[in-house]
Amino acid sequence: MGVLAPVLVVWLSLWAVNAILTGGGWDRYLAVRIAVPLIFGATILLVWEMVVNLMDVPSVILPPPSAIAATFWDSRTILWGDFVQTILKGALSGLAIGCVLALGVAVLVDRFDFLRRGLLPVAGFMAALPIVGTAPILVMWFGFGWQSKAAVVVLMVFFPMLVNTVAGLADTTQMQRDLMRTYGAGYWSTLVKLRLPAALPFIFNGLKIASTLAMIGAIVAEFFGSPTQGIGFRISASNGQLALDMVWAAILVGSLAGSVTYGVIGVIERQMTFWHPSQRR
Amino acid sequence: MKGAVGPVLVVVAAILAFWYIACVPMNAREVLTQAERGGAVLIPPSARERIDAPLLPLLWQNSAHLDQSWSQERPRLPSPHQVVVEIWDSTVTEEVFSRRGIVQTGEWSKRSLIYHTGVTLSATVLGFLIGAALGVALAVGIVHNRAMDLSVMPWAIISQTIPIVAIAPMVIVVLNSVGVQGLLPKAAISAYLSFFPVVVGMVKGLRTPDAMQMDQMRTWNAPGAAVLWKLRLPSSVPYLFASLKIAIAAALVGTIVGELPVQRGGLGARMLAGSYYGQTAQIWAALFAAAILAAALIWVIAALERRALRRMGVA
Repeated sequence: MGVLAPVLVVWLSLWAVNAILTGGGWDRYLAVRIAVPLIFGATILLVWEMVVNLMDVPSVILPPPSAIAATFWDSRTILWGDFVQTILKGALSGLAIGCVLALGVAVLVDRFDFLRRGLLPVAGFMAALPIVGTAPILVMWFGFGWQSKAAVVVLMVFFPMLVNTVAGLADTTQMQRDLMRTYGAGYWSTLVKLRLPAALPFIFNGLKIASTLAMIGAIVAEFFGSPTQGIGFRISASNGQLALDMVWAAILVGSLAGSVTYGVIGVIERQMTFWHPSQRR
Repeated sequence: MKGAVGPVLVVVAAILAFWYIACVPMNAREVLTQAERGGAVLIPPSARERIDAPLLPLLWQNSAHLDQSWSQERPRLPSPHQVVVEIWDSTVTEEVFSRRGIVQTGEWSKRSLIYHTGVTLSATVLGFLIGAALGVALAVGIVHNRAMDLSVMPWAIISQTIPIVAIAPMVIVVLNSVGVQGLLPKAAISAYLSFFPVVVGMVKGLRTPDAMQMDQMRTWNAPGAAVLWKLRLPSSVPYLFASLKIAIAAALVGTIVGELPVQRGGLGARMLAGSYYGQTAQIWAALFAAAILAAALIWVIAALERRALRRMGVA
């Protein structure tokens, strides 16, 4: 274990820096609040690099972060093609279709009490199921192209979106609805001007869940058949070649895409639901 | 949810009816080809002409020959009763009447869905227990240590946006090559997936006691451990169970995906095998087994939640 002593020193010293930064009331400053997680992330990468190098871990088991970064940069054109195939074509189109469908069905469910009592329990049940398992069936139906991935994503995002939107549409008080009635507002203007805006926090909550599910669905569906492009294809093919640095680079692409999508949804949420208590500062 | 049974039954019946109707167009071309081989005269007489023909007129003109739509041997969409028969065959028939079954040999047949569900269940539960225990421990650490809170929490949230399931097959293969086999690699993936929902939910739950309650503990001169055991943990129980339900569903997904690359049993392996050999009924049967398993696991957690909350006098 002697080789691991430097690793321990690095870990403890960087942790000490963080402890000092967070200890003395410094954490009022935004810079410190940003720096602390960054230092922690850097610590993990540094420890990973040191462990791999000091213990001579073969790169077919765990490549060091530096090798992954180099591969990521060298094969950026290939990875860009994978990104377009999986994220832009498969995940985002499926996410858009699934969310629009779910919004439409949610309005119907909200309108008809029969559907609320009948469809909602079924939807809640479906939302908890391992829908990823339908991937082999959908790949068989829609072929190896991006259409089957979009179909998997539609199925995966539909139920969480539906459940969240229906909950959101119910989130108005009797007082607010009465006010709309005194204005002489009908069903549709109440829906557009009161209930949909009031449902937005719930809709965005569903969107955040759905965006991560979409990435998972699009990538896992590629394990069941794909063109010679795509993040899932890259992961399984490079894994077969024992090119683990490429596998990790592909995972990095997926992670970046997931985080950026999540971040964009967060920014839009902040713009559109500025009135909600959770967004006030 | 009072008075929900009737509407739910109607919706389920509607789904089943839609499923039966969908079987006709989905399986039409194979059905017509078989009818032709059986001597029937179809409107475009050869399969070559039918392959480019639009589907609706094809169905309309040959409506007399579509009666095999629900009894194909390898359908694109198996009908509900075919799936039920497949589930029955691969559970009861296989175990009770087959020479490989538990009645004849004393152990579960490796061809039965019960065996594969058991493999998946054990990995899911093991991973879930590991993940939930680690998650609670980390949440306690985060609540008590400002440095951990500021440095770990952002990464815990970011890591939820990473499609980590995607690397499950790779983790399995790598661990396999190092010599770790069987239950543990799959359980590691389910543990990872069930870990973060528990961390996020528990951190929220442990922080629910408000300033008044914390001040009350301080006036009693309670040490940190007592605040944790007697105030924070009890008030976090509703949050714990809410995140445990998410976590066990995620753990099941992780196990199934983890079973894809290594064909050593489990529902995921069963699905992939069915997909390779065109055994659609087998895929659907495995899918339903997974659905039943998920429902049962969530039901167990919900039952525990009801008991716990009732004993605490909350609900």
